[in-house]
Amino acid sequence: MSVLGLGGFGAVLGRDLRLAGRQGSDVLLVVGFFVLGAVLFPFAVGPDANVLARIAGGVIWVMALLAAMLSLDRLFQADYEDGSLELLVLSPLPLGFLVLAKCLAHWLTTGLPLLLAAPVLAILLNLPLDGFAALVAAMALGTPTLSLLGAVGAAVSLGARRSGVLVSLLVLPLTVPVLIFGVAAVDAAVGGYPTAPHLMLLAALFLAALPLCPWAASAALRHAVE
Amino acid sequence: MSKLHYLANPARFSRLSALILPWLALATILLMGTGLYLGLLDSPPDYQQGETVRIMYVHVPSAWMAMGCYSSMAIASAMALIWRHPLADLIAQESAPIGACFTAIALATGALWGQPMWGTWWVWDARLTSVLVLFFLYLGYIALVNAFDDPQRGARAGAVLALVGWINIPIIKFSVDWWNTLHQPASVSRLDAPAIHPDMLTPLLLMGLAFLLLYLVLLLLRVRSRLLERRILVLRQRKMEEWGS
Repeated sequence: MSVLGLGGFGAVLGRDLRLAGRQGSDVLLVVGFFVLGAVLFPFAVGPDANVLARIAGGVIWVMALLAAMLSLDRLFQADYEDGSLELLVLSPLPLGFLVLAKCLAHWLTTGLPLLLAAPVLAILLNLPLDGFAALVAAMALGTPTLSLLGAVGAAVSLGARRSGVLVSLLVLPLTVPVLIFGVAAVDAAVGGYPTAPHLMLLAALFLAALPLCPWAASAALRHAVE
Repeated sequence: MSKLHYLANPARFSRLSALILPWLALATILLMGTGLYLGLLDSPPDYQQGETVRIMYVHVPSAWMAMGCYSSMAIASAMALIWRHPLADLIAQESAPIGACFTAIALATGALWGQPMWGTWWVWDARLTSVLVLFFLYLGYIALVNAFDDPQRGARAGAVLALVGWINIPIIKFSVDWWNTLHQPASVSRLDAPAIHPDMLTPLLLMGLAFLLLYLVLLLLRVRSRLLERRILVLRQRKMEEWGS
């Protein structure tokens, strides 16, 4: 069972990564949206360096949330439409593992690119240098939670009308804690306070979401294909 | 379990709820009348807040019910998922709009109270923000349930979402203890005696009970009308088939 679990996990992960790789535009689209959205802020609030430095952490986090929402529909939707989701659900691989593999693939193709793009945006938005390490650490801990929460939203809205808009409405309220502590970590680092408490809370959110979200998502998937 | 399934029969539920409903409505009117009289006219004004404290008699019970409705939604959803109890789905779905209304009332009365007391309609403190998130959770749930062509699918998806969103309830409850924010900490549900004078506590508790009964009355009404709606649908379909053949 454990060998099967790991093998199946790797197979699903590899498949999703290959699929994402061959349609590379999807990944670029998400990162493009992330960068473009954040770049709109200097135009909107004015190019004053102090104002931008003050809001940079928040802007980057909010844009990361929105960009992650944009990519959630490809988590299960395509598999649901072409019927492969039913086969995956019927496979001997525990469904929770499968969701976890899909979340990991989603994080590698959205969370990680966002994480890599964040420091570039931080330079553009004039974030003080002290905040960089905290921003990257907070996003490294927070974006996997977004993928996990997003999997629940994507799973419950499978087969719904206008599910793309719906997912954002369902998932964004649940991501508020991640946003709060993620921004708090950056602000603390910029202000010269310890960032550890905020990062630990982000880690706690991640660790709580790690077993619970795949469980909830697999319950929803089962109902979706039944 | 047998008790649980006793009410699963819609006809039996309709009969019993028709018996209970008038008495429940009467009790609600009496309690709310007494509570409103004691709260708005008979209770003393606060030594600091003056007459505006009376907003509390509506604000606090509706905030309680905002959380209570979501919790009952989550419990009903769990029952629907585990035992496939047909009425549990309806209870969860029909609780959502009522809970959303209670949340909206709590937010609105809080803003009305905040303007004279804090000098602002809204602050981004932990309690207020988490209640606002609760409001969005209600809206998301309602939108999700109605987004499926197959009502059964909507019910199942909504049940999972209601359970996931329940995580917000303890955050709301303890937000005033965990974070040092503008909203005052709990003064009724404490381990020692409530930190509120009996003259104010009595109407507050009466109003709390009245709001709870109001929720039950509205819920029973909504569930009954949903059952009737279904019956009309079935009858109409049968008629169509008769005409068709």
